[in-house]
Amino acid sequence: MGFKEKSFKKSLWVFHLSAGSCNNCDIEILDLLTPRYDIERFGMKLVGSVRHADVLLVTGIVTKKTLPRVLEVYEQAPKPIVVVAIGACPCTGGIFASGYNFAGPLDKVIPVDAYIPGCPPKPEAMLAGIVKLLNKK
Amino acid sequence: MGKRTIVPIGPYHPLLEEPEFFKLYCDGETVVDMVWETGYNHRGIEKICESKTFEQVFYVVERICGICSTSHPFAYANAVESIPGVEIPLRAKYIRSVIGELERIHSHLLWVGLAGHFLGYNTVFMWAWKYREPVLDMFEIITGNRNSYAMFTIGGVRRDINSEQADLLLKVLKDVEVKSKMLTGAVIDDPVLHARLKGVGVLTAQDIHDFGAVGPTARASGVDIDVRRDDPYAAYDLVDWKVITASGGDVFAKAEVRLLEIFESISIIRQCLQILQTLPEGDIKAKVKDIPAGIGIGHAEAPRGEVFHFVKSDGSNSPVRHKIRAPSYTCIPTFRRSCIGGTISDAAIATAAVDPCYCCTERMAQAYDINTGEKRYNAAELIRLSQMKTEEIKKQLLKR
Repeated sequence: MGFKEKSFKKSLWVFHLSAGSCNNCDIEILDLLTPRYDIERFGMKLVGSVRHADVLLVTGIVTKKTLPRVLEVYEQAPKPIVVVAIGACPCTGGIFASGYNFAGPLDKVIPVDAYIPGCPPKPEAMLAGIVKLLNKK
Repeated sequence: MGKRTIVPIGPYHPLLEEPEFFKLYCDGETVVDMVWETGYNHRGIEKICESKTFEQVFYVVERICGICSTSHPFAYANAVESIPGVEIPLRAKYIRSVIGELERIHSHLLWVGLAGHFLGYNTVFMWAWKYREPVLDMFEIITGNRNSYAMFTIGGVRRDINSEQADLLLKVLKDVEVKSKMLTGAVIDDPVLHARLKGVGVLTAQDIHDFGAVGPTARASGVDIDVRRDDPYAAYDLVDWKVITASGGDVFAKAEVRLLEIFESISIIRQCLQILQTLPEGDIKAKVKDIPAGIGIGHAEAPRGEVFHFVKSDGSNSPVRHKIRAPSYTCIPTFRRSCIGGTISDAAIATAAVDPCYCCTERMAQAYDINTGEKRYNAAELIRLSQMKTEEIKKQLLKR
């Protein structure tokens, strides 16, 4: 068992970083907290500061203005941290890839552990992605 | 004047879903000034739209904002269809209204939940979002996606609502109505919410006129405007409904307007579905050959207020200019009236009260020299600056 897997055997705390998203993925992440999906039953919870987080969920394209902030947030995160790119935007740039304010896909900026594509991905897809990540040997 | 304390909020703050930056200047507990900085979410959508064909633009404008992802295509459709003057089939009009109103229900429930969360009433948050889920399910059944419905196209809609879906929708609406009634009763009768919301973040009718605020924000201050009634589009002039207004102008009045609008929306959808049953199925799209040269304007009433789109065509298959004005663009500056003079603890709910949507609002800023009036930075220079900054950051990261 690698170091990363070992440190994630207990409850995961999640920090949500909206780089430059359209709110769609963000409200679907909030949906995960509400009664239908309720990820808190797995011990996962959204935290207010990245310094407390085990998982960094990034939504939206990285714009030129958020790029330094994304780097800063990643620097502040305790390592090891799992970075999950949620939605088509951080994965590839999606529909905004041709825009002048697009600063590149997320994996060009910070290392990414999992990609959950979709516009927006369903909450079930996000859950499945995290479970897959945890079971990764 | 005493010492001022600056309370910075953001750009990444647990309270905010989207990146935006507020600076509250406080004298003791009182907010005396505030500054906000947006632009983090700026994606250059107007420019991207110019590189797409008229049909493709629907899917770009849908992704301006994920919460009101029908209102932007709605306004864009009105704008583009006004250039050749297309008359869309009656069935498509009713389906458009159904989708628009379903979105209003889900958006208002979402707001009620978030407002509850900001006040520390997480029960309201959980309830409202639980009752919102069936509406999203209906979206998935009718359009194929929970958000970003891709329903609209030039000349009509892309999918029909068949009788099975209509029956299911009526059943879901009945349930949503009961639950919303319970929620409204709980909010309006709660003494804590009264104490917390009444007289907080008050906007007078004069403030609304000064800033040009729209939507429920304006209607809660007694300004009776609603695009659906004032300049009817889709099927809004064919059904019977009324505009909800309140006179308080405080956060409580805004909550009241939004909650009561849910019932109006339910009533509109019911009437639309009733008429849909009498219309032949399948007639949902008028044929539009091409868009001639010309200028089209269109607007629609989003859950947050009036969305305005301007489209200029030169006869080719993509727009030459596409200008978008979202409701939050005029509602957000009202923070200066609603927050200043209040306490820090009321600032969160006073800003949340207009249901601000920052991703709709983001604009590109350009720096000018005050003395000469020359442009300091053009787009290329800004890009170069940004690249230099990235280089510097990379170097710093490598050093560590």
